[in-house]
Amino acid sequence: MTAANLLRADLQLVISLVAPASRVLDLGCGDGSLIAHLRDERGCDVRGIELLPQEISAAIAQGLSVVQADLDEGLAGYPDGAFDYVILSQTLQVVRNPSLVLREMLRVGTHAIVTFPNFGHWRVRGYLALKGRMPVSDSIPFSWYDTPNIHHTTLKDFRDFVAANGGVIEQEIPLIAGEWRERVRRVSFAPNLFADTAVAVVRARG
Amino acid sequence: MCSLPDGLDLVSGRRLEHVDIAYETFGALDEGATNAILICHALSGDAHVAAGPDKHGAEKPGWWEVMVGPGQAIDTDRYFVICANVLGGCSGTTGPGSLDPATDTPYGTRFPLVTVEDMVAAQAVLLDRLGVKKLLAVVGGSMGGMQALAWAKFYPERVRTCIGVATTPRLAAQAIAFNEVGRTAILGDPDFAGGDYYGGAQPEQGLAIARMVGHITYLSDESMRAKFGRRLQNRGDHAFDFVTEFEVESYLAYQGRKFVERFDANTYLYMTKAMDYFDLASGADSVASALAETPVRFLLLTFTSDWLFPTYQTQGLVDAIRVARGEVSFAEIESPYGHDAFLLEPEEQRRYIEPFLARALAEARGEIAPHTSGGDAQ
Repeated sequence: MTAANLLRADLQLVISLVAPASRVLDLGCGDGSLIAHLRDERGCDVRGIELLPQEISAAIAQGLSVVQADLDEGLAGYPDGAFDYVILSQTLQVVRNPSLVLREMLRVGTHAIVTFPNFGHWRVRGYLALKGRMPVSDSIPFSWYDTPNIHHTTLKDFRDFVAANGGVIEQEIPLIAGEWRERVRRVSFAPNLFADTAVAVVRARG
Repeated sequence: MCSLPDGLDLVSGRRLEHVDIAYETFGALDEGATNAILICHALSGDAHVAAGPDKHGAEKPGWWEVMVGPGQAIDTDRYFVICANVLGGCSGTTGPGSLDPATDTPYGTRFPLVTVEDMVAAQAVLLDRLGVKKLLAVVGGSMGGMQALAWAKFYPERVRTCIGVATTPRLAAQAIAFNEVGRTAILGDPDFAGGDYYGGAQPEQGLAIARMVGHITYLSDESMRAKFGRRLQNRGDHAFDFVTEFEVESYLAYQGRKFVERFDANTYLYMTKAMDYFDLASGADSVASALAETPVRFLLLTFTSDWLFPTYQTQGLVDAIRVARGEVSFAEIESPYGHDAFLLEPEEQRRYIEPFLARALAEARGEIAPHTSGGDAQ
């Protein structure tokens, strides 16, 4: 079993979007699996930001450079354009100030890669419509009162959000990832209804 | 003990013809000399970093034994640990209490002012003598961290990694101010006698006051409240007299007395001055340019309640290393113990230091190439 096989399916898709030998910053990098993979398999120059001590420790054990920081405080320590890619994986929905985070990503990186759960997925819509309760699903497995996910978005809302924060979507990849099985499926028909997850590559407008 | 064969030219422009360095080692240097770690001590430390026999053979606790020793975060079963008393110190290395060979009397304040850079230069000669060309890591807390940073700046080719705990690239006005209070107390003690008190009464009152002020700055509001509160010592009511009443007073008095027994007032002056002068950016436009393209990998740790070496200063260093395109990991450890936390929070420091060193050693031994994840991924 290699590190690549262990990576979540959506992260493998993210990796495929990153050009070899590029400079990469991963926000909320966890134990560093993604950037370790980019470093080892793609020769990237990688850095991470993470909040949790045990995750930072695990990343350090892999020889990664990870700085403890709260994304909601921005990326003030990084110069403009310091990275080719800034990655935010399944974290947009937990930050207090998503606009600040996206703007900062576009400031320090040429490309921002964002993955997020799609709240417009038909199961989520159906759950609320039929049960009259806040949706709980495989990709959003929390009750409303204890969820870390405080900023849910749909694919359509995300497009507006990017535009409102000075970004342009270069690529939008709607996915059905289910319980992060080993394979993901791209969705081409009515993605805001059928994709439970999306990966977007964004750059600054102009 | 190691004598520097060529003396030492100092940053101040002055020169010490004769320099002895008191040092201790723990563990064994491996065959490829890949596992050497230099630990730099803080203001009042010495070479005895880990538990072990002192120079008389009696078992003595080490000042950082919670971190350094067999099975500890800096495991002396795996690593060869070197710790030396700093230049200007009073625990065996040449300092103001040493005999000036020119006059055969103690230097006193005729001893040249030494800087953190001078301390590090002396350590570098010591490592030459020990056959250590490249350190796996240089590690230090507080003033020891300043030395570790100076190592990374001046000898980047001689250190793989640099671990700085509760330290700073430069002191801010507040810390310099507290140092000045300590120095003023010593210089104003009638027994100070211009620094020529050796053989007579020591400036005990001044040094004790300096230590008391120092101790306040090493603690925090929270830790003092928890440790002492407003409790009275050995009495139920106020004495209405100027005697030691509160537990915190008794504690400070005890710390002052204990310190005077083991520390030299002149060394206190020299150490605090060296800390005040230290600026990692000196000689360059900025810290970032001083460390431009540094090959050294850094691990920097701070503590939430440390107001003497506050986190924002290390954060500035982290940013500078980023701009310098260096490799830096950083964490702020939650602790109520103030600056002293670096001596009191071994488990939280171990969380980061142990894997950091293990990885560095594996790379130094060529077991994994730098910049690969190693293990299963190979």
